[in-house]
Amino acid sequence: MGLMDFFKKKTSGDIAKDRLKLVLVSDRANCSPDVMEMIKNDIIQVISKYMEIDAEGLDIQITQTESDGNNGNVPALYANIPIKDMKHPSSAR
Amino acid sequence: MSEVIVITSGKGGVGKTTTTANVGTGLAQLDKKVVLIDTDIGLRNLDVVMGLENRIVYNLVDVIEGNCRMKQALIKDKRYPNLSLLPSAQTRDKSAVSPEQMVKLIEELREDFDYILLDCPAGIEQGFKNAIAGADRALVVTTPEVSAIRDADRIIGLLCANEVKQTELIVNRLRMDMVKRGDMMNINDVTDILAIDLIGAVPDDEQIVISTNQGEPLVGTDCLAGKAFANICHRILGEEVPFLDLEIKSSVWGKLKEIFKKN
Repeated sequence: MGLMDFFKKKTSGDIAKDRLKLVLVSDRANCSPDVMEMIKNDIIQVISKYMEIDAEGLDIQITQTESDGNNGNVPALYANIPIKDMKHPSSAR
Repeated sequence: MSEVIVITSGKGGVGKTTTTANVGTGLAQLDKKVVLIDTDIGLRNLDVVMGLENRIVYNLVDVIEGNCRMKQALIKDKRYPNLSLLPSAQTRDKSAVSPEQMVKLIEELREDFDYILLDCPAGIEQGFKNAIAGADRALVVTTPEVSAIRDADRIIGLLCANEVKQTELIVNRLRMDMVKRGDMMNINDVTDILAIDLIGAVPDDEQIVISTNQGEPLVGTDCLAGKAFANICHRILGEEVPFLDLEIKSSVWGKLKEIFKKN
């Protein structure tokens, strides 16, 4: 952080832009918080079959990512799933 | 070849009708044959903004229901011989017209006009669907506010889903003093977020209120908004016109303050 950052305050225009970006991502994906919660629970169920994960620390969100094709940004589902143990206690192997 | 352009926004009160009136008048000034259609059935507005409210005999719904011929309903603007208005019905509601009927009506007008401009109602319901049904091209009007931009984004999605081929953005009511101090999103912020081509940026201008009071579109006059609308008309015709310099020139002291704020 430079000395000048000390003087820099986030303007209301910046705040508006940041808020809009977030709200549009979920608008465009047509995903309500309820749906996100359901997706999250399903992911926990599926992964838990194979390994022990930290359900509390799991974080999913819809973000923008650069597309491989050249059609600009596309929405992407980002999931951060902390693993507690690679070997599941109940796995039979 | 005629082109059908819908002026839409999602949110109300951002300047659709003002834009329709000014762009239509501007295109007529450039010797194009233009018809403006007010598709906001039940909330007629374009006629008063154009100053033609005293000349209405028949309206859009009358034409569609066959109560009159198209020629009888079209109001010729005496100031511009190339410009006509098809007013909306004030005492009916949106359900009086279907998208198919709109498409048929527009096809009939294509024969006589170069540009058919549709003033779309706010919202995304029936009235919006009617207005976009026959459109080749859309101008999405927004202001640099979160609510208007969010609605514009939704509209852009719906236009895309309905296969309107060309969609361009007009950022209306910019206040450069506020943009300058960071209290309003600038043009780049808005185009970044909405990710469509910009066709015009119109500053907030007292002259707009005055011109609307008088029922005389201000396109082509010497004020900033008048110039901005004239530029939009040229861009619609496919000409490359540089964007107006809306920047407010600042004093040395102002520049110094900027340097401190920015870094």
